[in-house]
Amino acid sequence: MRAYTWTYLIFLYAPIVLLPLFAFNDSTTIAFPLQGFTTKWFAQLPTIPALTSSVWTSVKIASITAILSTILGVCAARAAVRYRFIGKRPIMGLIMLPLVLPEIIVAVSLLVVFLQLGLSIGSWSVIAGHTLICMPFAISILNSSFQNIDPALEEASLDLGETRFSTFYRVTLPLIWPGLIASLLISFTISLDEFIIAFFLSSTEPTLPVYLWSQLRFPTKLPVVMALGTLLVCLSILLLALAETLRRRGLRKAGQSTEGGFL
Amino acid sequence: MTMISLSGVNKHYDSYHALRNINLDIEAGEFFSLLGPSGCGKTTLLRTIAGFEDIESGTLKIAGADMAQVPPNRRPTNMVFQSYAIFPHLNVAQNVAFGLRKSDLSKPEQTRVVGEALEMVGLDGFGARAANALSGGQRQRVALARALVLKPKVLLLDEPLSALDKKLREQMQLELRRLQRQVGITFILVTHDQEEALIMSDRIAVMFEGQIAQLADPQTLYRAPASRKVGEFIGTMNVMPVAQNAGSLVIAGLGQVSAPARDTVSHAGIRPETMSILFPGEPDRDRVAAATIADRAYYGDMTYYEVGLDGLDKTLTISMKNLMGREILEIGTPVRISWREDALVFFDQ
Repeated sequence: MRAYTWTYLIFLYAPIVLLPLFAFNDSTTIAFPLQGFTTKWFAQLPTIPALTSSVWTSVKIASITAILSTILGVCAARAAVRYRFIGKRPIMGLIMLPLVLPEIIVAVSLLVVFLQLGLSIGSWSVIAGHTLICMPFAISILNSSFQNIDPALEEASLDLGETRFSTFYRVTLPLIWPGLIASLLISFTISLDEFIIAFFLSSTEPTLPVYLWSQLRFPTKLPVVMALGTLLVCLSILLLALAETLRRRGLRKAGQSTEGGFL
Repeated sequence: MTMISLSGVNKHYDSYHALRNINLDIEAGEFFSLLGPSGCGKTTLLRTIAGFEDIESGTLKIAGADMAQVPPNRRPTNMVFQSYAIFPHLNVAQNVAFGLRKSDLSKPEQTRVVGEALEMVGLDGFGARAANALSGGQRQRVALARALVLKPKVLLLDEPLSALDKKLREQMQLELRRLQRQVGITFILVTHDQEEALIMSDRIAVMFEGQIAQLADPQTLYRAPASRKVGEFIGTMNVMPVAQNAGSLVIAGLGQVSAPARDTVSHAGIRPETMSILFPGEPDRDRVAAATIADRAYYGDMTYYEVGLDGLDKTLTISMKNLMGREILEIGTPVRISWREDALVFFDQ
C-alpha cells in the first residue's frame, strides 16, 4: 500500500517537478542531460508582447470571474442554508453539476448556444463559462461559512434595530469574510488555469493557457513556456494555500472545527 | 397599564397548529412567564411578540400600538436568545453598543451607558474582552446588558438559563428578578422549568399544545391548578380517582370527603407536602389513614416516601422534612398518614 501510494504520488507530481528543472536549463532542447543553470528564459518573458497581453487578458477574466461567482455563490449559499423552498435539492444539484461534467462538453455546448443565439464570442463568453464552473467551488466554501453562523445572530441584529440590509453588512459579512476571500482566490485560480473553455470560447484575445498551448508548436520557445508554467504553478499553489489558511483561520475564530474543506 | 395585548392570535406551521386563539394581556412592569413542555408554542409566542414570526389572524398590540406591519427592528422589544447570540467578531463593549448606532447618543455618551450596563450585570471592566473568551454565565450577562442598554419597553427572554449549570442558574434567577425590579421593565420569560417560573414570576401562563391552559400567579397556580394536566406539570401532584356515592365524593384510598359533590368530578389531587406521616407516639390529627411505606428517596433535607394504601392501585408521594431526631422509616413499615380535606383539589378528568 505504501509503495503504491509513493508510486502514485511520483507519477502525479514528477512532471510538475520537471517544469522548473527545464525552466532553469541552459538549452533549447527539453532533454537530459541538463546543460547548466540560467534565468534567461524568465528574463525573456516580459519582452514578448503577445504573452504579456495574454497575461493581462487572463488576469482580467479571472478577476471578473472570481467576483461574479463569489457574489452569485453568496446568494445561492445563503438561500440554501437559511431558507426552505420547493425544489431546493434539484436546484442546488443543478448548480453543482459542472463540478462533474466534462469541461469539453460544457465548452462545446456553450459555444453552440452562443453561436445559435447569434452572439459573438470574446472575453465575456469565457467569463460566463468560467463563472459556471467556479460557482460550485464558491458555493461549497460559502455554504460552510453560512452554516457556521448561528441564525440567532442575524435575528439578534434585527432585534437590536438593524434592517436586513445593515444586518448583512454588520453581522453576516464580517462572519463570512474568510470564506469570501477563500472563494475569490479559488475562483481566480481555477479561471486562471482553465484551458478548454477558454480555448473554445475566446476569439482574438487568448488567455494565458491558450497562448501557452499555441506556443507549443515552436520547439525553440519551449523553455520560455516552461518558465511561464513554473510561475503559474507557483502562483496557483500560493493562492490555494492562502485561501485554505484564511478559511481555517475564519473557522477557528468562530470556534468551529477546521476539518474538511478542499485541502 | 396593559403593555402587551394579544387577542385571537393563531399560527400554523404547515399543518401544525402552533398557536390556538391566544388571548393574553401582560401588564407594564410585570415579570411574566410562559411555561410549558417543549413544543407547546411558548417560544413561538415569544418570537411572535418580538416580530420574528408573523401571525395569521388576531392582533398584537405593544403599549397600545398595533404591531401588524412593524418589523422586529422597529418594535420596542429586545430579546435575550437561548444561545445568547453574542457577536463573535466583536468584543464585549462592541456587543453591548451594537444597538446604540441608531440612537441619538454621542460617542462618549455611548461609552458611558455601555459602562453602566456592564456594571449593572456585574461585568464591570470586561469591555475589551473578546466574545469567545467568555464563560456561559458571562455571555448571558452580555446578552442582558446588550438588550437592556436600549431601554426597551419589554425584555423577552427565551430560556435564558437552560444552558447554565444548577448553581449558576439559581444565582441568575435571583439576579434576573432583582434586575427586573431595578429597571422596572416588563420581562417575559419562556421556560420549561416550573420551579424557575414559580421563583421568578409575578404571573405565569401555562401552555399546552398551543393553548393557554391556566394564567395565574405562582401561588394560585400551585395550590389551585385549573386542570389535572396543569397540576401534574407544576411540582408533584398525587392524583386519585373519585367515585360519586349518594351525593358525596369517595376518594380511592382516602375515603369519603365532605366536599360538595359535583357530577363532573372524576379525580382528586393532593400535594406531597400537605400530607404527613405520623411517627410512633404522635397523636392522630386531621384525617388519618393506614398505609405502608413502599419506597423512599433521601434528599438530605427531605425524604420522599412512596406509601401504599388499601383501595388504591398506586402509591402516594409524601414529603417529610428531616427534622432533628426524626427517624428515616424503612420500606415495609406500616404507618399512619395524616391529610386535610382543604388541601384537596378536584379535577373533572
